[in-house]
Amino acid sequence: MLDLIEKRFAAVAPDDCFCSLRWVRSRSEKIEVREDVLQPVVSGDDEGVMLTVVDGDGLGYAATSDLTEKGLAAAVARARDWAKRTAGRSVVDHANVPRASATGEFDTAVGKPWSSMSLADKVALLERECARLKTDDRIVDWAASLWNVETDTALLTNRGGRIRQHLNTLMPGLRATANQGAETQARTFGSMAGGMQGGLELLDRVGFGDAAPRVAEEALELLSAPDCPSGTMDLLLGAEQMVLQIHESIGHPLELDRILGDERNYAGTSFVTLDMFGSYRYGSDLLNITFDPTKPGEMASYGFDDDGTPAKREFIIENGILKRPLGGATSQARAGMDGVANARACSWNRPPIDRMANINLEPGSSTFDEMVAAVENGVFMETNCSWSIDDSRNKFQFGCEYARVIEDGKLGGVVKKPNYRGISATFWRNLEMVGDGATERVMGTPYCGKGEPNQSIFVGHATPACLFAGVEVFGGAS
Amino acid sequence: MQTYFNEIADHLGTLLQGEEVYTASFSAEESDFVRMNKSEVRQAGSVTDRSIEVDLIDGNRHAAGSSSLSGDAEIDRLRVAALLGDLREKRAALPEDPHLLYATDVTSTERVAENRLPAPHEAVDQVRDAGKGRDLVGIYAQGGIHRGFASSLGQRNWFTNHSFNLDWSFYHAADKAVKEGYAGFEWDTAELQRKVDLAAKKLDALGRKSHTVEPGRYRVYLAPAALSDIVGLLCWGGFSLKMHKTKQTPLLKMTEDGVTMDARVTIAEDTVGGVAPNFQDAGFLRPDRVELIAGGAYKDCLVSPRSAKEYDVENNGADAWETPESLEVNAGGLPTENALAELGTGVWIGNVWYLNYSDRSNCRTTGMTRFATFWVEDGEIKAPLDVMRFDETVYRMLGENLVDLTAERDLILDAASYGGRSVASGRMPGALVEDFTFTL
Repeated sequence: MLDLIEKRFAAVAPDDCFCSLRWVRSRSEKIEVREDVLQPVVSGDDEGVMLTVVDGDGLGYAATSDLTEKGLAAAVARARDWAKRTAGRSVVDHANVPRASATGEFDTAVGKPWSSMSLADKVALLERECARLKTDDRIVDWAASLWNVETDTALLTNRGGRIRQHLNTLMPGLRATANQGAETQARTFGSMAGGMQGGLELLDRVGFGDAAPRVAEEALELLSAPDCPSGTMDLLLGAEQMVLQIHESIGHPLELDRILGDERNYAGTSFVTLDMFGSYRYGSDLLNITFDPTKPGEMASYGFDDDGTPAKREFIIENGILKRPLGGATSQARAGMDGVANARACSWNRPPIDRMANINLEPGSSTFDEMVAAVENGVFMETNCSWSIDDSRNKFQFGCEYARVIEDGKLGGVVKKPNYRGISATFWRNLEMVGDGATERVMGTPYCGKGEPNQSIFVGHATPACLFAGVEVFGGAS
Repeated sequence: MQTYFNEIADHLGTLLQGEEVYTASFSAEESDFVRMNKSEVRQAGSVTDRSIEVDLIDGNRHAAGSSSLSGDAEIDRLRVAALLGDLREKRAALPEDPHLLYATDVTSTERVAENRLPAPHEAVDQVRDAGKGRDLVGIYAQGGIHRGFASSLGQRNWFTNHSFNLDWSFYHAADKAVKEGYAGFEWDTAELQRKVDLAAKKLDALGRKSHTVEPGRYRVYLAPAALSDIVGLLCWGGFSLKMHKTKQTPLLKMTEDGVTMDARVTIAEDTVGGVAPNFQDAGFLRPDRVELIAGGAYKDCLVSPRSAKEYDVENNGADAWETPESLEVNAGGLPTENALAELGTGVWIGNVWYLNYSDRSNCRTTGMTRFATFWVEDGEIKAPLDVMRFDETVYRMLGENLVDLTAERDLILDAASYGGRSVASGRMPGALVEDFTFTL
């Protein structure tokens, strides 16, 4: 299909102004066995293109699922019309934004392709894992799932650019919900943030086949556990919660389009301002954050962003000091500062904006046991289940599925409904210890929402467990 | 578009083999999106999107798949033929589905609204004019939205509307802003100006020195947009039969312990008063209205066809997720014009933001104040409030601490566009609430 698209684009692209075509074909299949019953297996095949035209200092786009030459020509005309109508009326001087016309390719490394296992065998695997979750009458809902998304993209420009990328993402999930009276507790594996790039070989790597008994047992444990204690104390966050903490209070506030005001009506602004880059102390010396779409297997890895900028690993925060924003070529031109290759669109029908891609917290040197031993009075929390943060990405409150108290350097009993709250601007400065590589997890979520029109996109986070001091912790109560 | 869909649907019927049945749901839009920042255009473009989801059924075995469509019937006949072939192959590998249920009583419907939209650039020009001298940020979206259903049993349902949705804010500085929405089906310059003037008046108040309150309990007025978000959070499983049966509803205490809200609170899925289609993906029609909470007590759930089959109850046309699309909260007795005076001293909350559950079993929610939120003394706005985090149960908000709901309600057309432009709406009053808990 791509050959045909290239020929048709060559036929319809204007030669007196910049024009690009971004083609996306996304094929997905989601299989879920819930309460031992196979749910409808839904496959999807979504294909379309976005044509972008820069005419003078105006830019317009038009997206269509009509891939005929006539369809592409109509889209070029609509995009050009918008470019002309917005010239001189835009907050961006598009004439001065560099337009990449790179050539290159990127392919996710896949060991065992999705198609290498029959549908019947996948269903049988999920039936087996689902059944292993039902260990007790108090387990009232239980499910095992696999979601595979295969995405082919191409970015062509009328300046000779040609980038082709093939991404494959797998998201395995397990869920057990336990109930007694008016109390319900759930434990999950993967579901919200368990995505990675790769094939079915990931199932062994993430321990999908071993997890079900633990997931069910912990849901039942929570049912009879006391509430999480309240107070200001040390907080040890496991990697499954660190993913969310990084995402909300480092990733989003550093998106350059937010700082430039584009998102103020929807996703919000940022407590970070342009003058803070290069000098602002975001966290303790132990805090090292990278933007790394080159990390193999992470959920938002790629060779080029959707504007065609080559992907490159960059330090965003180094030894606690804020270094550079998450801004693609357009935002960089607007702000007059270096950024990263993160102009991304969720599909063919949405324009690229600044997104996170892979935002990682670099491992430190502390073992998990050393971090526990360092706590006199605190809580260990794992796996996010509630997230809320203000529109400047400062005042946050997060809740987790599972927690254990830590007393005198030892892990104690399980507690339920663990929550904590804080302020981004001070929270990261209380980072006391950073886990080593053995505590690191590479994860990702398909549900990062932002943009007008709205876009939900895949992002990745790799992180170890981390210890924070002086955090306000609390449990549930009516 | 409807004729094109019917052609595709008829063609699907010719491709069936043996006792096969198909159901198909169709979704399309032709939208213009113009994003704005600092009263200028940030991104402008158009999206033409069509897709179909087909469920190919043979007895109790079935397989479903979706495909984008080009809009050219000749090309798309080939596409759906290929899709059907894939589904037939897939179905052979799948067991029978004990919860499969689709509409077999053929009821065809049609709702086609006239296109009365302006040329998009003309609306955008007016919005830019409204933003002159101010810092306007937001999005203007407009265009046709189409939904269709067809089955090989002969059923055909069609829905077309042509709507616009201007979702915007005026910013004063930093995070101090006033948010407004103007949405509908026929552009009215005078109505836009009325909303702009209203927002500008609030913007003036945002220029005053901001006020900070300590965490604690306060008397608050939740404007309709704020109440809409709070009640909207209940849609995360609160009205789903499946979530009730599996004890995951946030309203668990209502069903297990008999907890109630204030008797003046009634919440309904009001399809007849909303702007969404009255049919769903398996071909079932929605009743005009389903009362979910009546007189403060749990009354009914939304029931999808799968839940109906699983639990042997009647379905009521809910989608697979059993979430409301046309939510309505009944009006109360407080005239909106008296809301400030009745608030007396406390916090006037224009919008809330980023809500989630902090204790789902107790329906305790957390979130932030956002946009125009003011400190009020003796019925007068004194200062904009710095953002505050709240942590409060819905049972208290709409139960023992509810002073009153407003007599007037706002129809709020959802501006969301994840995947495609939303057709959801809410009809909401404001709410005066005592002892609302701020925590940070």
